[in-house]
Amino acid sequence: MTGKLNLDPALVARARELARLAGQPVTDLARTHTTVSVERAVLRLAGLDGADEDGMPWVNRLTDAVRESVGLEHGVALPAWDALLTGGYPDLRTLAVDAGSGLVKFRLPMGADADAARESAARSVRKGLDRIDAQRAERDRMVAATSDPPMPWIYLIVATGDIYEDIPQAQAAAREGADVIAVIRSTGQSLLDYVPEGATREGYAGTYATRENFRLMRGALDDVSRELGRYVRLTNYASGLCMPEIAALAGLERLDMMLNDCMYGIIFRDINPVRTFIDQRFSRQVHARAGIVINTGEDNYLTTADAVDAAHTVVVSQLLNEYFGREAGLADGQLGLGHAFEINPEVPDSFLLELAHAQLVRELFPDAPLKYMPPTKHMTGNVFAGYLLDAFFNLAGVMTDQSILLIGMMTEGIHTPFLSDRDLALENVRYVRRAAGRLGESFRPEPDGFVAQRARQVLGEAIELLRTIGSQGLLTAIGEGTFGVTRRPADGGRGLDGVVQRADGYYNPAAEMLEVSS
Amino acid sequence: MSLTGAQGIVRPYGDTTGDGRVQVSFTLPVPFGDEAERARAEGAALQLAGKMGLDPAMVVHAKGMGPDFTFFIVYGRVSHLVDLSAITVAEREFPVLPAAEVNLRIRSALGRKLVVVGACIGTDAHTVGIDAILNVKGHAGEKGLEYYREIRVVNMGAQVAVPDLVARAMAEHADAVLVSQVVTQRDAHLSNTREMSAAFNGLQRPLLVVGGPRFDPSAAHDLGVDKIFGRGTTPGEVASYLVHALAPAGEAA
Repeated sequence: MTGKLNLDPALVARARELARLAGQPVTDLARTHTTVSVERAVLRLAGLDGADEDGMPWVNRLTDAVRESVGLEHGVALPAWDALLTGGYPDLRTLAVDAGSGLVKFRLPMGADADAARESAARSVRKGLDRIDAQRAERDRMVAATSDPPMPWIYLIVATGDIYEDIPQAQAAAREGADVIAVIRSTGQSLLDYVPEGATREGYAGTYATRENFRLMRGALDDVSRELGRYVRLTNYASGLCMPEIAALAGLERLDMMLNDCMYGIIFRDINPVRTFIDQRFSRQVHARAGIVINTGEDNYLTTADAVDAAHTVVVSQLLNEYFGREAGLADGQLGLGHAFEINPEVPDSFLLELAHAQLVRELFPDAPLKYMPPTKHMTGNVFAGYLLDAFFNLAGVMTDQSILLIGMMTEGIHTPFLSDRDLALENVRYVRRAAGRLGESFRPEPDGFVAQRARQVLGEAIELLRTIGSQGLLTAIGEGTFGVTRRPADGGRGLDGVVQRADGYYNPAAEMLEVSS
Repeated sequence: MSLTGAQGIVRPYGDTTGDGRVQVSFTLPVPFGDEAERARAEGAALQLAGKMGLDPAMVVHAKGMGPDFTFFIVYGRVSHLVDLSAITVAEREFPVLPAAEVNLRIRSALGRKLVVVGACIGTDAHTVGIDAILNVKGHAGEKGLEYYREIRVVNMGAQVAVPDLVARAMAEHADAVLVSQVVTQRDAHLSNTREMSAAFNGLQRPLLVVGGPRFDPSAAHDLGVDKIFGRGTTPGEVASYLVHALAPAGEAA
């Protein structure tokens, strides 16, 4: 791809190098620590499902019991499978039930016992990874048997709280042209330190992410994909305190894309930074294996900060997300880096600024399936003006070859979209694609004109910020409020008590297998 | 007779005074397939428009959405009159202010950050409410209190014991304590709130604010707190109330 912005390749390489330097210490931290959610993900991959009568999943009960008696410094696998073998339990579920009642005495096995536990654990976890591999192959088969829609993919959100309402809405949206369906989660799920179970019919402004909900929706979209002869992708959220577990469930149930940002939970949900980075690395290793495209959350920065002033923080975050993603084994084609059309429409030349930012991101990450988010902050309730703004967003999207367009609703911020809001939104994007879908090939900003200069300025500011972050350390930078507007110290936030330093002899069969494959 | 006077009777204005013309759009669960279906769908839209007081009404746009729904845009003349003298404006005890003004008021009235300690007390593990108000992410398109530069937020999370809340509020020199209660089994939200307000009794206590979907907003005095917020409260309303109560506009420079 020939650049349109005259970016200096040496400068771009410098930016990547700075991102690597900033991210490296955090990666080291993730390699030497584990979390309760990482350990629970191991049990989920090994097939432990279900919950007790209070709805607390067995993976939580078992992990907590192991932690209480021998700690998690060596991982959950060694003590759990040792108890499974020596206690003569038929399966993990039976063990978890007894462990939950305090009937199991865990120990750290040594010698031949440890070998036996490791071997048995590895066998069980491999079955989970085999299923993830099979689901990945099944996706390829489905895409081949139907078809892969051309980019930009049209991404639509469904969120009723009731999975059985979501399904017909998602199918209707697919029939109207949606290529990707995202089921928004219930408010607050990111702060639950467990994954709810089963099909759910009530949520707050969204539907709970559960394995059963994943399975039901994927099945419904498979039906509609066959009907339309076009593979309709499914998206959910691997974020919050259960990022690793949800990533595992997504792989097992063949979700196609997952929201998964390296810093979103820290900044916007006050989740502990260390917990987040450890969970994030494991979840991305699982996503890499499952062939899932991640979507990062840079658009959120622009809803708290000014979209012009903070444009460079988006680029910095994208470079960090790229570094962490590649380090965890994700291919460039799996990096759905995010950004957004959020400049105040009252600002002169706002559309030119949007084009500069969008084109800059396109050229910095030529092989990434970029996810472009529509205006939300300046949607005022004037639905007619909002419809126009969404059209300009769609136009910027096709002009700068964005890969995934989240479709803007003219009633953004007013209510959960009406059926008609969604239909009008699709009419909008269809018109823009039909009328101007090839405009990108003719869009050549003047080499030293306003757009190109603005893009180079943002890159320059991003490099400056990366230098600062590199010199003070990423965790310190986050602690001092560099992203968003909030200070998030490394020892604050939720979930720090779930972080455990790995001891010598730490054993995690999933981490070993995923590390080898990456 | 004036048609525009404050005490007068008015009608919607299309392009001529008193023409009563309005535009509405809506969806009906009726198919828009063959000619007969289309005629029936438009008839359905006109019937609804008539019942809404649009007479005459004109369907200017109808479009099928999938096999079962039709979207309509309708213009018409409404027969209703608006009596301006019959309008009563519900008065809120405080104005809702934009974030910048909230920050400014705190800066000029307190000269330091306003400190808010938030928690779900008792066994309540539902942090949805408190997080919607406190987290940067916010709620209903409004950023939470953490977003306000001049507010320092300490979010203690769920299942906080009342003595811990009191101790933390004192240690942080809290100006306000925000408590969220979702669980209402056996009126737990009421007994927890009373326990909380009693625990602050006798101390130089911060402003006490509770919120939750099942509270009666007028019961503040009875529960020993300063303010109760009900369902659908946004962070901006809470922030505005806090400055109203703690950072009065007064003689700002």
